[in-house]
Amino acid sequence: MIRFLGSRLLRAAITIVMVVTFAFVVLRLSGDPAQIIMGADAPPEAVEAFRAAWGLDQPVWVQYFNYFGAILQGDLGRSMRDGRDAIVLVAERIPATLALTLPALAIKIGLGIPAGITAALHRNSFIDRAVMMLAVAGFTIPSFVLGLLLVLVFAVQLGWLPSGGQDSWRHAILPIITLGVGGAAVLARFTRSAMLEVLGQPYIRTASAKGVPWRSVVWGHALPNAAIPTVTIVGFMVGSLIAGAVVVESVFSWPGVGRLLVVAVGNRDLAVVQCILLLVAMTMVTSNLIVDLLYGVLDPRLRNQPRRAAGTA
Amino acid sequence: MTALLKAEGLVRRYAMRRGLLGRSVEVRAVAGVSLTVERGRTLGLVGESGCGKSTTGRLVLGLEAPDAGTVAFQGQPMSAPGTVAWRSLRARMQMVFQDPLGALDRRLPIGVQVREPFDIHGIGTAADRPARAIEALRAVGLRPDQAARYPHELSGGQRQRAVLARALATEPELLVCDEPISALDVSIQAQVMNLLVDQQERLGLGILFISHDLRAVRQVSHRVAVMYLGTIVEEGEPDAVLHEPAHPYAQALVSAIPHPGRRGGRIVLQGDPPNPADRPGGCAFHPRCPIATALCAQEAPLLKPRAVDGRLVACHVAHGDALPGAGEVRRAA
Amino acid sequence: MTALVALRDLHVAFDGQAALRGIDLDVAPGEAVGLVGESGCGKSVTWLAALGLLPAKAKVTGSVTLDSQQLLGARPETLDRVRGGRIAMIFQDPASSLNPVIRIGRQVEEALRLHRGMRGAAARAEAKRLFDQVGIPDAARRLDAWPHELSGGQNQRVMIAIALAGRPELLVADEPTTALDVTIQAQILTLLQDLRRETGMALVLISHDLGVVAEACDRVCVMYAGRIVEQASVDALFAKPTHPYTRGLLGALPPLDGPRRRLAAIPGGVPEPWAMPPGCAFAPRCGDRMGACDAAMPGAVMVAPGHRAACLLATPKPVAREAVHA
Repeated sequence: MIRFLGSRLLRAAITIVMVVTFAFVVLRLSGDPAQIIMGADAPPEAVEAFRAAWGLDQPVWVQYFNYFGAILQGDLGRSMRDGRDAIVLVAERIPATLALTLPALAIKIGLGIPAGITAALHRNSFIDRAVMMLAVAGFTIPSFVLGLLLVLVFAVQLGWLPSGGQDSWRHAILPIITLGVGGAAVLARFTRSAMLEVLGQPYIRTASAKGVPWRSVVWGHALPNAAIPTVTIVGFMVGSLIAGAVVVESVFSWPGVGRLLVVAVGNRDLAVVQCILLLVAMTMVTSNLIVDLLYGVLDPRLRNQPRRAAGTA
Repeated sequence: MTALLKAEGLVRRYAMRRGLLGRSVEVRAVAGVSLTVERGRTLGLVGESGCGKSTTGRLVLGLEAPDAGTVAFQGQPMSAPGTVAWRSLRARMQMVFQDPLGALDRRLPIGVQVREPFDIHGIGTAADRPARAIEALRAVGLRPDQAARYPHELSGGQRQRAVLARALATEPELLVCDEPISALDVSIQAQVMNLLVDQQERLGLGILFISHDLRAVRQVSHRVAVMYLGTIVEEGEPDAVLHEPAHPYAQALVSAIPHPGRRGGRIVLQGDPPNPADRPGGCAFHPRCPIATALCAQEAPLLKPRAVDGRLVACHVAHGDALPGAGEVRRAA
Repeated sequence: MTALVALRDLHVAFDGQAALRGIDLDVAPGEAVGLVGESGCGKSVTWLAALGLLPAKAKVTGSVTLDSQQLLGARPETLDRVRGGRIAMIFQDPASSLNPVIRIGRQVEEALRLHRGMRGAAARAEAKRLFDQVGIPDAARRLDAWPHELSGGQNQRVMIAIALAGRPELLVADEPTTALDVTIQAQILTLLQDLRRETGMALVLISHDLGVVAEACDRVCVMYAGRIVEQASVDALFAKPTHPYTRGLLGALPPLDGPRRRLAAIPGGVPEPWAMPPGCAFAPRCGDRMGACDAAMPGAVMVAPGHRAACLLATPKPVAREAVHA
């Protein structure tokens, strides 16, 4: 177990280093932050001074090592825009993002999994076809299209809900639905196929053959097995709690982490962008680790077998 | 005259992980196997799952390199896998597997697949290759019009015929068949066994016939070798081994063949098939052996001719080096 | 003797294609009946249909009675009591027939709870006793093992323990040894015979292997293309096989002694359900085919007491002649 955790943590650390490095390189390659922040008609001396102040005049590899050294000391840098700590800027936005993504996750799980199970249990029936048609629609429509559609219908036409902003809970409804529907569709399709796969297994027939009522076959025998692959997708969704709302936040002008990221990228506010990417990588990696551990709980075949029943040979 | 195929002292080890997180242990899949296949003759290799018979088949074809031991084809040592020499050798030795659907390409008609070996090995002119492919199909009892069929459009028996047609297309001298009939129905098994025997007569093939089915092995083989946990424990004429097996494992294997009229009198081995990763010391069979003695737990018997009739057997008791014990010998510490 | 289970004119079709085409079969209490035939002949489908275990798209007609209780179309609660209770079934691949995420002891206890109302310590004690009975060594400790920790042979023993939990009057074993090694097959066959002696339950053994059936059964039914083409006592079937298909199966089996001859292989293959010949389904492969064979499906003819064959060439016993659908 210790070995397992150790190797997983090492891999997680490598993943994070790679993400941070990648972000660093791409941001340096895609334009000069000093020029962009100071504006196109700023005097050259001012731009130079800005570069010197932020260390941008040093060779890239020096900047890179300085940056890493700072991260290791817990210093994620300051915003080049207003000089505040990047971590504080980002942290301020997290609650707003979670206010969208957590309820959306509940919708994904609460709607997607039951829909997938129902569809699988009534395979090829009207219910199955209806659920799958909705699911295909749900994940083929991009979230910005769905978001705009919802705004058009519920805000512009019907006037029931506001189209953007963050003034009351009513403002959150449309973005949450936009986020939740796509995920629920993915989860429904995935759960359905996992469930169908399991229902076709010989042990399901064994359960029926020993007189287990169908309800118990589904709940006691099929679901625990179908849960194993489904957990991967749910884990991925948990991992994207922070970063999964970039598009939706932009569409609904919701002041969350995603919108901060868009703005910071536009401004080449390096520290802020890097801070967000680091955060995203860490949540992803953590949720992956949890998924791996959950696999062990759900699937005894993946557990270490210290108590391997001794052979009789 | 040199033997068609001669393998000596083949050893193949694998590193196997126990469980997902366990440390790796060494598994000796093949632990010192020597065998000979003569031209026009068939050597049957029998044993249960995990005994190393399939690995042995891959080793003699050079599909895997042995960790020790040598393989000689027509007196020449086997070239290293992947070399030009090995590839030209491969045209003269072919393999047929259990699952014909897995051995065929689902996206190509079987006629094209049977033609492939001619293209690869540059046999005949491009113009007469289609005719050759048809001829190869006819030789295994498939109709020319079936050349246009895809593997999934054929029955299991027809697919195995197609695999054989492709294997025999280059007129090889050696054919290694790994459980070629186990996936087929009884009536189809008979067809394929007859076909193998016919083709052997036609081409003078040497065949290594790997199977768990003693009936099938007797039907097609001139000699039979019984494998247990990576070693050959008995070898001889099929009828001699079947009617009067010398090794206790061979005795159990023969007595396990179900057949009408048997009521009782069967040797039922205790315990599960052994785990190659947990190989007992001494004779590998001793923990399941009904007549194991103390010696069996300590010293591995060698495969050597028995004094009375020259039968090759690896058993202390069969050689008279120990009196039959009562089994249940504790594993040597 | 009245039958424990009686199948009458059982038909099964999948998507309009016939898989079973009229099965009449009686199983008497305590009797061991073998069902032999090649893949796709309907031997497994027969019993899956009888126990209502086929997917919903299968169309099943005819009659299946257990002590005169009709099972076809019975309410799910009725079937759940019969399945695993009075009739238990085990399958070919023991490794995938057990639920991989449930400890094997609990899988036995579930059957004990359903059919004998046993729970907790009592169920566990009984599960251990069953493990002992089917020859699982170190039974108390193995109760907590997972299926993947056991070998194929041990898993099949667990399946048998589950089957025995409901004290069935009939055990249907569907190719119980096909996935196992030869020496393990011998263990399981011996176990099934011992259990039958101990419990007096009837056994239906489904197998493609005539040898396996011959050893474990009193009576054999040979199936071909969804019908029973011959049934007889084991001795009669091997001594006087009447249907050309039975003779073909026996001829295709390599002998264990005597001179080695070319095997009498049956030419061709089993007809596909969508290309079923109008008359006798075996006619296209039969060496004795006559014009009349293609006219209509031959009915079963009694060639000796307890020995029936569905072939025009079968000579009826002078007095009694039975039609297929009595």
